[in-house]
Amino acid sequence: MAKPKVATTSLAGCFGCHMSILDIDERILKLVELVDFDKSPINDIKKFTGRCAVGLIEGGCANEENVEVLREFRKHCDVLIAVGECAIMGDIPAMRNMVPLKECLDEAYLNGPSVYNPSGQVPNDPEIPLLLNKVYPINEVVKIDYFLPGCPPSADTIWQALTALLGGKPVELPYELIKYD
Amino acid sequence: MSETIPITIDGVEVQAKPGQTILEAADAAGIYIPRLCYQKDLVPFGACRVCTVLVNGRPQPACTQPVAPEMVIDNSSEKVQTYRRNIIEMLFVEGNHFCMFCEKSGNCELQALAYRFGITAPKYPFLFPKREVDASHPDIFVDHNRCILCARCVRASRDVDGKNVFGFVGRGPHKKVAVNADANLGGTDAAATDKALDICPVGALMRKRVGYAVPVGQRDYDTKPIGSDIETSKAK
Repeated sequence: MAKPKVATTSLAGCFGCHMSILDIDERILKLVELVDFDKSPINDIKKFTGRCAVGLIEGGCANEENVEVLREFRKHCDVLIAVGECAIMGDIPAMRNMVPLKECLDEAYLNGPSVYNPSGQVPNDPEIPLLLNKVYPINEVVKIDYFLPGCPPSADTIWQALTALLGGKPVELPYELIKYD
Repeated sequence: MSETIPITIDGVEVQAKPGQTILEAADAAGIYIPRLCYQKDLVPFGACRVCTVLVNGRPQPACTQPVAPEMVIDNSSEKVQTYRRNIIEMLFVEGNHFCMFCEKSGNCELQALAYRFGITAPKYPFLFPKREVDASHPDIFVDHNRCILCARCVRASRDVDGKNVFGFVGRGPHKKVAVNADANLGGTDAAATDKALDICPVGALMRKRVGYAVPVGQRDYDTKPIGSDIETSKAK
């Protein structure tokens, strides 16, 4: 029987949660016996090769590309897991939510103290994904099945969740593994 | 008149003293009722409603409701726990609680309650309100992003410090803690030694230059849930 597939991605996040996935140390050898990695920055596969059992999502939705990737994940994965506080509440990227988008762009490209921009242009190439009006937690965009809180969640939390799901059990986190920091 | 009042909490008979609130009687009996705005040394305020219990089937705040004979109190049914979980989740989404860079993380009572209730994510949409930080005082600061309007600082400043530094202004979503100076916190006689500073359950009212004195992972609620001190007092 083919091994179940796991896909991962980072939206508006810092890749810290992916570092935490790697931080499961030698257990990763056991994980490779249990699953195949599909679309993921870990193996650099860019497109889904088939249906996945689990999708791990790091980061919130800050631009239209994030939304597109997230919807692709929902379409291809049986279970979607929000990994880390950016995916759950937007976190550091969401700190721009209190400032209007135009002010953010003006500060970054026109008015910032270290900005040198004689043309006075804000980048607007069609290749660049458009920023959303604010950063959205991913469960405000698609349905999410499980949440692993933490910034980042500990390797133990990720391991616990993955092994429970692969064993056909629901994800239940003990007190020590629920952390928001 | 009898000296104790018999009440029942979760099927356990408790002998309460006249004049006690439900919460005080439960504490004395080693039964933990979750709470946020209640503080032992302050006048009960009934602001947060996290301590809601069902008294003979009706929801009541345990911190302000005095005991009466034959009360049957439900402190643990799914219904009561759902009320509390919803209140905690609402407190998270209506402020800006960025736990990962908050100095109070691990010592924060709001966070600790969420941990105790096993909340991994709030089910409501985040509001991301625009709020200010007042760092005008040389030794302390107020971060309104984290304030949950529990009025602990208001009561402590008024009743313990005798300074009346803090008070509420505004209504509904505009309600916030204000200070008794025209300008801001720097213009008040608040001091770093005030009780009001020790008593903030979240990271809204903080001392400057003492952050991270205890490392994350070794803080109050990192290993044991909030309320376990009350529950273990029962076991002894």
